Amino acid sequence: MAKPAINFSRPFEVVNDWINERSSIAEFNRKHLTEYYAPKNFNLWYFFGSLSLLVLVNQIVTGIFLTMHYKPDAELAFASVEYIMRDVEWGWLIRYMHSTGASLFFVVVYLHMFRALMYGSYQKPRELVWILGVTIYLVLMAESFMGYVLPWGQMSYWGAQVIISLFGAVPYIGDGLVEWIRGDYFVADATLNRFFALHVVALPMVLLLLVVLHLAALHEVGSNNPDGIEIKANKDENGRPRDGIPFHPYYTVKDIFGASFFLLIAAFIIFFAPEFGGYFLKPDNFIPADPLVTPDHIPPVWYFTPFYAILQAVPDKLMGVLLMGAAVLILYLVPWLDRSPVKSIRYRSWMSKLALFIFAVAFIRLGMLGLSQESSTFELRFWTFLYFAFFILMPIWTRFEKTKPVPERVTH
Amino acid sequence: MSETESLDSIQPQTDLGRRRLLMATTGVIGAAGVGAAAWPFLSSLQPSSKARIVGAPVEVYIGNLEPGQLTRVQWRGQTIGIMRRTDRMLEELPGLAERLRDPESSVADQQPVYARNVHRSIRPEILVLNVHCTHLGCVPQVVPEIGPQPFDSDWKGGFFCPCHRSTFDLAGRVFRGVPAIRNLLVPPYSFIDDDNVMIGMDPEEGAA
Repeated sequence: MAKPAINFSRPFEVVNDWINERSSIAEFNRKHLTEYYAPKNFNLWYFFGSLSLLVLVNQIVTGIFLTMHYKPDAELAFASVEYIMRDVEWGWLIRYMHSTGASLFFVVVYLHMFRALMYGSYQKPRELVWILGVTIYLVLMAESFMGYVLPWGQMSYWGAQVIISLFGAVPYIGDGLVEWIRGDYFVADATLNRFFALHVVALPMVLLLLVVLHLAALHEVGSNNPDGIEIKANKDENGRPRDGIPFHPYYTVKDIFGASFFLLIAAFIIFFAPEFGGYFLKPDNFIPADPLVTPDHIPPVWYFTPFYAILQAVPDKLMGVLLMGAAVLILYLVPWLDRSPVKSIRYRSWMSKLALFIFAVAFIRLGMLGLSQESSTFELRFWTFLYFAFFILMPIWTRFEKTKPVPERVTH
Repeated sequence: MSETESLDSIQPQTDLGRRRLLMATTGVIGAAGVGAAAWPFLSSLQPSSKARIVGAPVEVYIGNLEPGQLTRVQWRGQTIGIMRRTDRMLEELPGLAERLRDPESSVADQQPVYARNVHRSIRPEILVLNVHCTHLGCVPQVVPEIGPQPFDSDWKGGFFCPCHRSTFDLAGRVFRGVPAIRNLLVPPYSFIDDDNVMIGMDPEEGAA
């Protein structure tokens, strides 16, 4: 009689069983990975959600290591960043991973948001997913702005000066509010120190919480897809969506492929063009902050320029600030502005396609105008008008356009 | 006898009015507590005692200031410009009224009462100005020359902000059609004697 084979996996099973008897980790695993059914027709646009999570992890890990060498002190901050770049072993790599990661975060988030606009991923029942997503975007803006101040170069300093003074437009309490935010009568050490605390501790915790809620809300209703068909409406005899496949292993493998490709591009930028021609890191930020010398031109980083252009389109500070705020906050209303019975742009008429195209062009064009100080007021207003027209006219064209019949099953 | 019945027998009848009152008072007291607990944290973000002391008035010697010259000093981290204007410069000021947004300095917050006149200063020739642009806080350049400029073909001398192209005349009054809407701020100041000016202190009063 042959000896029984040694069961190598036995110790693992014992540990596994021990944990499962005391927790619901296995159930969590099933609900969110192995038995989370995602539509089988995801395309390229569906990489950007998991990629933003990847970049978030990169920002947190590289950020922790930067904190070990950085000094949040107006006298020391600039030199400590240069110390990281020159003297800390591999410090340049960690810093460039963090600074490039910040810009790429906005690249993937903007593409992720555009995907949602294209395929109607904000429509019922995914309004909450969208609201949480817009909130993540808002917190991300605050997080990146405060991070940009930390190197305490000229652009950090004067960017902070400009952005904080926007709060001065609030009637009556404006000046006091600005003083309270800065913690001094000008942008000073107190400002840098509190931005460090918010950038490193407070906002990352808020971001992580929001990401958990964003995913929890998504997994409750299930993912949308390029056809905008509810896959839960068509289930097989086992109660599984016919057009769904388990997230793990199918989409984890797909996302790893996407991540590899993304990391290839990121590595190229980190190694060969970390400043990205002045778009990711501005030349003026390699000059230490000087409250007495204003740079000739203070453009924000590229991901804020569309909103900065909208600010410049209005020759009144309060109105400009309100319009800029409205440009971001109007995103919250999209689920209710869209009256279309159809989700995906695939089954909508030329009107939706043209509107989304014009919106994308306006956003990019505003971004270009916001970078320059020579932009014509007419052009600023023209594209600002088109930006808002997309949202304000959305209820009209979505209600009256002729939609195409949506198939029962997803297509590829 | 079921379980709920047994509970009913020992539990007094629900008095909804009493419950509402208790909830309201708990809520109000709780909110007051949260507010009181939040106060130290919110207040800690204000300028500290140290920052307030550093914000004390600054004395500046102007005896060597040539006509037409502008000198810059720091007060509370702000750049304060002190300029000895020429008679020619002062003569141009009244004629600009139509092109200005607020020629009469009617926005009270932008200058102390003693600088609310056409030259916006205590002594006509000495201009004391917080030269941070009232749009977004950049420091405008002084362009005293009279003659066409790239940003204005009918320039009579004044301040030009390179950030967003706001323009001000030589009394710090803002022109129409630029992003800034307020005149440049005149800080509180006073003269100690002919050649010394104190920035941050009103005449014959305490520090601002």
